[in-house]
Amino acid sequence: MMEMTKIVKTVANILFPLTLIFGLYIVAHGHLTPGGGFQGGAVVASGCALLLVAYGSQWVFTRIKEKRLATFESLGAISFITIALLGLVFSMVFFGNFLAGSTLLFGTTPATGSTLADFNTGGVLPLMNFAVSVKVIAGLFVIVAVIAYASSIKEWDQ
Amino acid sequence: MIEYIPFISVVCMIFIGLYAAMFRRNLIKIVIGITIIESGINLFLIILGYREGGVAPIYTSLPAGTTSPERMVLPVPQAWTLTSIVIGGAVLALMVSLVMHIYRKYGTLDVQKLRRLKE
Amino acid sequence: MEKRTIATIFVFAIVAVFFFFGILLLHPFGHPGDAQMDDYMIVHTQNETGTNNGVTSIVFDYRGFDTLGEATILFSAVAGVMMLFRRVKK
Repeated sequence: MMEMTKIVKTVANILFPLTLIFGLYIVAHGHLTPGGGFQGGAVVASGCALLLVAYGSQWVFTRIKEKRLATFESLGAISFITIALLGLVFSMVFFGNFLAGSTLLFGTTPATGSTLADFNTGGVLPLMNFAVSVKVIAGLFVIVAVIAYASSIKEWDQ
Repeated sequence: MIEYIPFISVVCMIFIGLYAAMFRRNLIKIVIGITIIESGINLFLIILGYREGGVAPIYTSLPAGTTSPERMVLPVPQAWTLTSIVIGGAVLALMVSLVMHIYRKYGTLDVQKLRRLKE
Repeated sequence: MEKRTIATIFVFAIVAVFFFFGILLLHPFGHPGDAQMDDYMIVHTQNETGTNNGVTSIVFDYRGFDTLGEATILFSAVAGVMMLFRRVKK
């Protein structure tokens, strides 16, 4: 797809960091407010799609390496599996929550009933939110970029 | 009968998608029909888990007087809907890639012409 | 009309009748019946998982195996798209 005019590029330059911050806020507070890994990852991927539309798919695709983005996505999946297997090692259950109620990183338990938001709660859940959000962002960006580039060139290599 | 209106709207959405997938000839329109069926199924899953006068099942700053579980909406159908949306997105990506390959090889998107071009 | 269109309309009508009679057997909207699993999960979320969010604790802690399957589906979709467009020159 061809690139857009200067007004569209300037507005996309302003809107992309705001979308990034909003999406990462939804991911980071997944254990306190509605949200989580999948929802915040979809918001950030829509910001990346805005960048793809404003600057043209050929300009973006010659600057990212899609193999590196696919490796990034696999890193997110591997860290998700590693956290689940650590639950097997430390508390004898696959996907066990070994950080809830202990004195380590995210360990305090909230009081029962309606409380204010305490960021230090949650056990192993914020780490899993982060791993899944990396996977979703990289996966959706790679799919949209590859399909947009392949539909804009006239002949393929076959 | 008036308490079944959300279910009737879900059935209408499924039938609009089924009509587009069965009676149209363009491949893109068939793909859009399949996506409409998946959206109807996600709506059905959310409708199943509603309790009358309920709030979201989140304990951060609840409105006053709703701590018993009889005043909260069921949370398990929302977890199923999350998985179903991601599955729908993955299926749509693969369908669009296959349609692009078909158009590049045969030059047409009409389903009734594609049945006769066997190369 | 040709025979194929008549047969398709006939099958469509049969499926419509089955759907409309199946709706009347469901629970009415707003009053689900017995919800013991959901009530247990709402009551015990803050003790056992340590979060305030009921939906996230179900997605990642009580039913985390479904999330593992969904991550596999995302991975296979990306692998399929990249395999289909490998010979497009850069």
